[in-house]
Amino acid sequence: MTAETLEQAPPNTQRTSVGNRLEEIAAGEQVRSEIHPELAKEDNILSIEHFNLWYGRAQALYDINMSVPKGKVTALVGPSGCGKSTLLRSVNRLNDLIDIVRIEGDMKINGSSVYAPNVDVIELRKRMGMVFQKSNPFPMSIYENVVYSLRIDGERNKKVLDEVCERSLRGAAIWDEVKDRLQESALGLSGGQQQRICIARAIAAEPEVLLMDEPCSALDPIATNKIEDMIDALKGEYTILIVTHNMQQAARTSDYTAFMYLGRLIEYGPTDTIFQKPRLIETKDYVTGRFG
Amino acid sequence: MTDLPKNSKLGTRSRSAGRRSMSLYAEGEPMVWLTGGALAFSLLMILAMLVYVFYMGFSNFWPQRVSKITTHAGQVHMGSVSRVQTYKPSLANVDRLPEALRDATREQLLETDGYTLRTLLYTGNYDLTGTRFQWVSDYEIDAREYPEWALLVERRMDGNFYGMPVAFERDGEPVTESPGEIWEHYREIHPEVRRRFRERERIRTVEMGRVNRRQETARRRLVEATNRFANDDLSAEELDLVRQETEAIIADTRKEHAELTERVDAINTENRRYGLVMETDQGRRHTLFFDDIVLAFPGNQLSLFQKVRIFGERWREFIFDDPREANMEGGVYPQIIGTVTMTLVMTIFVVPFGVIAALYLREYAKPGPIVSAVRIAINNLAGVPSIVFGVFGLGFFCYIMGGYLDDWFYSASPVPTYRGGGVLWASLTLALLTLPVVIVATEEALSAVPGSMREGSYACGASKWQTIKRIVLPRAMPGIMTGMILAMARGAGEVAPLMLVGAVKLAPSLPFDIHNLSGTLGPIPTGPIHLERSFLHLGFHIYDLGFQSSDSEAARPMVFTTTLLLITIIVLLNLTAIMIRTRLRKKFQSGAF
Repeated sequence: MTAETLEQAPPNTQRTSVGNRLEEIAAGEQVRSEIHPELAKEDNILSIEHFNLWYGRAQALYDINMSVPKGKVTALVGPSGCGKSTLLRSVNRLNDLIDIVRIEGDMKINGSSVYAPNVDVIELRKRMGMVFQKSNPFPMSIYENVVYSLRIDGERNKKVLDEVCERSLRGAAIWDEVKDRLQESALGLSGGQQQRICIARAIAAEPEVLLMDEPCSALDPIATNKIEDMIDALKGEYTILIVTHNMQQAARTSDYTAFMYLGRLIEYGPTDTIFQKPRLIETKDYVTGRFG
Repeated sequence: MTDLPKNSKLGTRSRSAGRRSMSLYAEGEPMVWLTGGALAFSLLMILAMLVYVFYMGFSNFWPQRVSKITTHAGQVHMGSVSRVQTYKPSLANVDRLPEALRDATREQLLETDGYTLRTLLYTGNYDLTGTRFQWVSDYEIDAREYPEWALLVERRMDGNFYGMPVAFERDGEPVTESPGEIWEHYREIHPEVRRRFRERERIRTVEMGRVNRRQETARRRLVEATNRFANDDLSAEELDLVRQETEAIIADTRKEHAELTERVDAINTENRRYGLVMETDQGRRHTLFFDDIVLAFPGNQLSLFQKVRIFGERWREFIFDDPREANMEGGVYPQIIGTVTMTLVMTIFVVPFGVIAALYLREYAKPGPIVSAVRIAINNLAGVPSIVFGVFGLGFFCYIMGGYLDDWFYSASPVPTYRGGGVLWASLTLALLTLPVVIVATEEALSAVPGSMREGSYACGASKWQTIKRIVLPRAMPGIMTGMILAMARGAGEVAPLMLVGAVKLAPSLPFDIHNLSGTLGPIPTGPIHLERSFLHLGFHIYDLGFQSSDSEAARPMVFTTTLLLITIIVLLNLTAIMIRTRLRKKFQSGAF
């Protein structure tokens, strides 16, 4: 995501409805995020507070304020380049790896700050799991892939590792497919299986939040189905923050949906409401496919 | 072009030619031919060279026939054909022919524009005649025979001997004079003689070496004790004790030495009991002791099976025996050991060093002008002439580093140990030479590790070093191996710098010696690897044989065989590394995309 994509021309205005503020947003006007009252009743695990982010001089996120409810699936939707992935990667500070990134504001996970100067980034990342757009299994066996986060913590106890491996693989709904070949390379699996191995790896350390960055975008419909079922099964046990391009997927899997546009959080509320009776016309235009 | 008159021939031609070449260029057809042709040409040259080296190197050991050529002038030459070539004889030589043949020869020469064939005959018998080779022109030849019992004898000294067997002698008394029986006796007794000969060599090198080392160690201990006594570090009684022990050891080793000498003498006497009386082409009789004979065979009556056996025996000798006759004959075992030891030690130095340097450059250093400058400098290092590295190695490693090592750890030794050329310094010099290769290959391998894998590792809470150790390095390993293979190929084939830092023509002992496990590098024991020793090297051997030997004609076949062997060893080293790399690649790379 670069500065260029953010400065793209606004979408086709002729097709937008009356009262649409997209052009004004593109021109730089500040908008207040429309946050539904249902969220206030939830128990929050992650709260994002006045978060701004720049890539060099180009601003990618504008004053994001949102809270992610515990044990629920929250979807981030929006057109390409709206900052969904950037926001997700800011949660576990993966953006730190990019030299030109600068941030303002803070996030709190279970009350503890993410961006305070004394935070140990490595310890912080251990509290979260992340699944990427393209599956990225490590060049090692299936078993070693899954227990990777325990290995780097120095866990040597075979019994603990075996237990975690099985639990995680079951959680990722792939145990039955790979239980007989745990010592084989994870790179020999199919794309969908690889992605589920990556999910197993992400949940092995029992993360407080599971971050998913378009986990199904590179998969075929059957593999996508399996992963969606798995997300359903993980719901309740884990808090999941998922970025998706696929409206149906957001509608099917998530409890809450946040709509983002050009680095702003536009509307955030229960998924049913967002998809059926959104408060803002911009959201309606987007979820019904009028633009984006 | 528009300035030219419309009807000008020049204008039209150049315009149409321009258009044609443009369209051809655009189509790219000529580029396909150019690139394909260039590749085919390079492959052809490499293939031709390999085939030539392979043929020349391999045929060298195939048993030759023994020709006996009688010239019109009545001279007799016996030997094996070395090669045949065309040349233009001077007419003065033709004039010397008997009158009856003169005109016919002249006519024949006129028909072929004055050219004729001549044969280079390896006549051997260097100790008797002072020459090894004889040119014979085709028109001089009166008769060419292949005598049934003509023997080719390879000797330990003075090269081959060609002649007819006359008698077999035991203790100076002729036992039989029939060639068949002589040959039977030879086949029966010679293997035993060779076995005893090998035993004698073993006693001389291994056992006497052990005795000498023991004596040397004892002497050194006494020197050290004396020094310590002079520094008041040792009491007179203690020194006396050491002196007594040393004297006891020296007496003991003297006795052992005498026993061994006795055994050697016994073998010598036994081996010199048997002799082969031969008659040369000049009609002279000469006795060859079995002890001096390496291999003998009647070249004109061998069956295919016997030829294959002799061929195999010669290869065995070439690969597993020491050289003889100033390296011109015999084996190249010490050269093989020297080359392989040096290459492996070099690899041990260059790979970790290069990988660590590349890791810093690629993973830790902040990209900028300094890193770019360092990278350019490394690439330039690869372009420095290798002899410059040799000079640097001689000055820095051999003299400075070697001098310090000697001062610190070997001050009791009367002769330099690490000061001067040696395997260690040669390996280090070549490691410097091949360092850029490893760094560049490793950097490329590191940058080819997908960013998504690193991100995945960081997202799991791994630190930078954990990510490098567990994800980046294993994934980059096949690429690092490629760098290692290139470095080994470069290092094993390098000669010029080695001449300055440790490769020699003759070395008393091998750098890798399983009979002597007392190798040390300062305080570190290195077992059978003696890093301070100078060594023989196949590449240097080729240069030495081809350009420095006393008789380049005699050394010629060995140059080819040694070249063949060097190429084979490099290919073998590379194949091993490639096999490991393939295995790693299977393990670390995906087949799912």
